[in-house]
Amino acid sequence: MAALVGTEDLSGYLAVISEEGGPRSLSVPLVHGVSIAHLDDRDIVHINRRGYVRTVIRNQSVSNSLFATDRCNSLCLMCSQPPRETDDRAKVAELTRIVGLMDPATKELGITGGEPTLLGEGLLEIIATCKARLPNTALHILSNGRRFWYSSYARKLAAVEHPDLMVGIPVYSDIDSLHDYVVQAKGAFDETIIGLQNLARFDVPVEIRVVIQRHTAPRLPELAEFIYRNLTFASHVAFMGLEITGFAKANLDQLWIPPEDYRVGLEAAVTRLATAGLNVSIYNHPLCSLPESLWSFSRQSISDWKNEFPPECEPCEVRPSCGGFFAWNLNHPQACKVRPVTTESLRSTAS
Amino acid sequence: MKPAFFRPLELFESATSYRLLPFRFHRQDDCVLLTNEVGEFEFVDNAEFSSLVARKLERGDTYNSLKAKHFLSDGDVRVPLELLATKVRTKREFLSGFTRLHIFVVSLRCDHTCPYCQVSRVTQDRNRFDMSVDTANKAIDWVFSSPAPEMKVEFQGGEPTLNWPLVEHIVVAVEARAALETRHIDFVLATNLSALDDRVLAFCREHRIHLSTSLDGPMDLHNANRPRPGRDSYERFKTNLSRARAELGHDQVSALMTTTPASLGRVKEIIDEYVSLSFDSIFLRPISPYGFAKRTGLDHSYGAQTFLAFYREGLEYIIELNRRGVPFIEAYAQIILRKILTPFSVGYVDLQNPAALGTGVVVYNYDGDVYASDEARMLAEMGDKSFRLGGVSDRYEDVMSSPRLQRWAESSCLEAMPGCSECAYLPYCGSDPVQNWATQGDTVGHRPTSEFCARQTGLFEYFFDVLRNGDEFTRKLFLAWASM
Repeated sequence: MAALVGTEDLSGYLAVISEEGGPRSLSVPLVHGVSIAHLDDRDIVHINRRGYVRTVIRNQSVSNSLFATDRCNSLCLMCSQPPRETDDRAKVAELTRIVGLMDPATKELGITGGEPTLLGEGLLEIIATCKARLPNTALHILSNGRRFWYSSYARKLAAVEHPDLMVGIPVYSDIDSLHDYVVQAKGAFDETIIGLQNLARFDVPVEIRVVIQRHTAPRLPELAEFIYRNLTFASHVAFMGLEITGFAKANLDQLWIPPEDYRVGLEAAVTRLATAGLNVSIYNHPLCSLPESLWSFSRQSISDWKNEFPPECEPCEVRPSCGGFFAWNLNHPQACKVRPVTTESLRSTAS
Repeated sequence: MKPAFFRPLELFESATSYRLLPFRFHRQDDCVLLTNEVGEFEFVDNAEFSSLVARKLERGDTYNSLKAKHFLSDGDVRVPLELLATKVRTKREFLSGFTRLHIFVVSLRCDHTCPYCQVSRVTQDRNRFDMSVDTANKAIDWVFSSPAPEMKVEFQGGEPTLNWPLVEHIVVAVEARAALETRHIDFVLATNLSALDDRVLAFCREHRIHLSTSLDGPMDLHNANRPRPGRDSYERFKTNLSRARAELGHDQVSALMTTTPASLGRVKEIIDEYVSLSFDSIFLRPISPYGFAKRTGLDHSYGAQTFLAFYREGLEYIIELNRRGVPFIEAYAQIILRKILTPFSVGYVDLQNPAALGTGVVVYNYDGDVYASDEARMLAEMGDKSFRLGGVSDRYEDVMSSPRLQRWAESSCLEAMPGCSECAYLPYCGSDPVQNWATQGDTVGHRPTSEFCARQTGLFEYFFDVLRNGDEFTRKLFLAWASM
């Protein structure tokens, strides 16, 4: 990135972005009159013909992701990133290009969507590029797992032999029909469960993600037992709070359940799996919504740019270790009831 | 974005009625326990059970739980069957790799004269009752004929330290061979500790040999149960336990107890003795019907119900200790709870289905005979060589593929045994053709008159009662034990 545009030699530069106006003719594309204050060294931006500048990778962030596609074969009731039927044929080339530009010191990179496996062999190509260009970067793929029903696809993913890869796959219920309802796709549960087993068969590490909402909350202990008995190989199980955006926002009255209504079930589920030796986390929950026995499982999981606290959290003493709130959840009073934790409040709950 | 295009739950539910997948059941006072092939279980009430089997169970929590645990299926049955198949493979993992436990009886001699001894030990005649180097070398060839990548070599007796140079010879030879073949071997020395000298300790430390010893309780009980010249078994045990722990590390010494008539009524004292010697577990074991125990009639000195009462009092006391903050485990409970509460295989050879005879364990006797289990050679010492596999000079392949061995495996599959095949506790139990033979005169045995069956059934009833009705602390403790 050039800080100043003038008559310097621009060889090696792909484009120029400038806050001020710029010279009329350059040897590379120019976008001028836009703010670049948020950009940093080694960030990667995407510029289109109409002058839109989109930040694709922020080098200083620990939560960078590649958006593989907008398409999805499920239609989850609480999808935060509602799918769109778009032409993603150019995506593989674009994403492998981005991977080629990234800093090899990057610690983590996500691949998300939409449903990344809809890129088919293309996804494997992206992962192979990551292995070649970013050998020290942990790769985390968010998928519904349904495509891995085909063991050949799971085998091909394993054959890439990426050194540090994990596939995060949601399982919403131990009951097929309930899971299918949540993802609005009949047969999805069977495909996902067999998909998970196929990945395990080829030694691909998997993470299981459980989004807690009104339909999934009542059977959390039973779901935990199902995971332990059938998906024992999971490297990590994450119980996640609702992100109120996309469909979750539109369906909120059907989906919302206050954390106090499921804390007993969540505690039983987490304790069961943790006692059995599985690695368990709770995502997207402020500490004050959880019983203290579960605090050690809570992670600060919300991406830095989405994470905020309401003003009532000011006196809270555990805020530095709190999972916090999705910024958009703060627009919904039911989703941001807080009980600031102070030495006194802790003492009173203990007694 | 309007949610109008989302379809309701009913559209995702199966339109067809359900079918039952294989399960077994046990009626209790107010409910029915259902268990399936892979050890998952569910309690239902009597009315629900009647509806279930009449294919009239309504959708609801019970229906859902039975479906999630693969007791019934209302959709594409291939997926539940594939999950069940995977779980069966996991539960039966102990079968892979073939024989993993190899027991060397290096000497039948012993300085103790315990009346319950299962082995019919002798006190003298070194030449006749010690294993020779030649026999040991041939037995080592047998060990390495087994394909298992990880194995355990256990030294038994008599008292194996009385033929110590041979133990050293075997350990060194086995280690050398294991290194060449990149196999992992653990060593266990079953010893009463009374002959533990510096040489033994130094060797055990150097070769990381685990000591498995015997402690029957407080001094008077231990010495009464385990007589030796000088009546000082307990004192020697205590002194040498400290030495062994100091030399080898605290966790490198474990102890077993045997319940004699003198132990009855004293289970708390016995456990206290273990706690005060800072053991972290106890294995509350009944007398086995072999050897001196049989000859002296001790094997009939108390019945299954007496043992169960003793065991239960002990276990409840151990739970109480844990509640008071003293972490302590009952080892047999832990084995059974692992079978009930985890999807994993449990490699305990005395409770396996099919029995571990030959496939899980092989015993090399001091005289070169090879037996199918520790009990099998105990029986042989009583003059009954029915379970002799052969001798160390025989070819491993011939013996291990013999029709006799296959017949024992077949006749110890619980699924095919009368009285077991329909038992709800089958997924957690095991069979022992040797014990059936010794106590009932045939390898299949007769369950209604089997002490083993009465004891096991009583234990399972107790554990399932606690899992259903027990307080939260106990249920969590059991989960923790199962997961260790």
